Amino acid sequence: MLAKRIIPCLDVHDGRVVKGTNFIDLKDAGDPVEQAKFYDKEGADEIIFLDITASSSNRATMVDVVRRVAEEINIPFTIGGGIRTTDDMREMLRSGSDKVSVNTAAVNNPKLISDGAELFGVQCIVTAIDAKKVAPNKWKVFTHGGRTEIELDAIEWAQKAEELGAGEILLTSMDKDGTKEGYDIELLKKITSSVKIPVIASGGAGTLEHLYEGLHDGNADAVLAASIFHFRQYTIRQAKEYLQERNILVRM
Amino acid sequence: MIGIVDYHLNNLRSVQKAFEKVGVEAFISDKPNELQKAEKLVLPGVGAFGAAMKNLNALQLISVLKEHTAANKPLLGICLGMQLLFTKSFELGEHNGLNFLEGTVEKFSAEVKVPHIGWNQLEIENHLPMLNGIKNFSFAYFVHSYYVVPKNEVILTQTTYGKRFASVVQQGRIVGIQFHPEKSQEVGLQLIKNFVECV
Repeated sequence: MLAKRIIPCLDVHDGRVVKGTNFIDLKDAGDPVEQAKFYDKEGADEIIFLDITASSSNRATMVDVVRRVAEEINIPFTIGGGIRTTDDMREMLRSGSDKVSVNTAAVNNPKLISDGAELFGVQCIVTAIDAKKVAPNKWKVFTHGGRTEIELDAIEWAQKAEELGAGEILLTSMDKDGTKEGYDIELLKKITSSVKIPVIASGGAGTLEHLYEGLHDGNADAVLAASIFHFRQYTIRQAKEYLQERNILVRM
Repeated sequence: MIGIVDYHLNNLRSVQKAFEKVGVEAFISDKPNELQKAEKLVLPGVGAFGAAMKNLNALQLISVLKEHTAANKPLLGICLGMQLLFTKSFELGEHNGLNFLEGTVEKFSAEVKVPHIGWNQLEIENHLPMLNGIKNFSFAYFVHSYYVVPKNEVILTQTTYGKRFASVVQQGRIVGIQFHPEKSQEVGLQLIKNFVECV
């Protein structure tokens, strides 16, 4: 049977790992390659790197990070942040990443998803959606790291992304991100029941129970977390043991 | 020497690196005259079936693969590379494959999420040396929307995703692996080692 996945997320700025709280107040947490190796050994199922530099002058730094990570780890990894064109996708995939994640650029130009899927396969294209609740039962899409509100319903956008050829949805709740209060389960339920591609829950994980809620109550296929692993509050192993005890199938 | 067939659809470094990790050198090439010299060939794969066959054909690599298997030399197909070993695929139309193994390539039904992404288990059916050191229900990393339906008895492991499908097949010295051994940590490296040593 297919296991649920635990995915640590590393925010990378100028080639260094940082984790922001609500995307502001960055703390330096080290070398991305060293952290990736560490998580690989510890039993992470995948790793996602979000390049929050995203200015063109620093692309070479990220490409170098991707190359070095690919040399060191034996699990899949995804690169997001600043992927604007199919050329950007090609560069990251050629450098060794298994998937690329698109967000703002895909909202501005949805064809980027279909072009990428056609060129590299749907399995390579993750669509990241930053959603914020604006009314009961209503979530809107935000771009530019959560700074810009878009006239786009999050559920409709998820369905549209699937139709265009996204292989996965990485769903971040802007309301929960950085709060450690748990994922937005209501939003997760809505999205996981609206699409037939895997959904990765993101934003808000503060305890192991939150991971369980995301996978069990929210029906996510994978949970992404940063702080709880980065600051060694829990190890990946502890998270998996906890989930296994609660009858969630994980890779041990 | 082990040759990795480059048909211009993917990054092959991770596959090459997996061989390095088990202590074997493997070269990447798209040139028939270089690949003809290999004792063992690896046909990796990410991408679409039709595009892959088209590229193999354009690079004149189909005849290289045919001569290789006709000479009874080992061939390992990974993911799409495994699917290409079969007769025919129904991915975006209908495409003929290499037909080294009889069978078809079909899409997962709408009852399950497609693509099938993540770590799933290997249910051992036939414990050939290719599976040395692999425990029943070991996890491996899968990413695919299509799976093979072999006509003959070639299945070494099956995996359950909605239904049971063939995840490792072997017929003589031709091996197919539906998941990505190069992304499957120790389980994957063990299979690479077994291909090098036992096939």
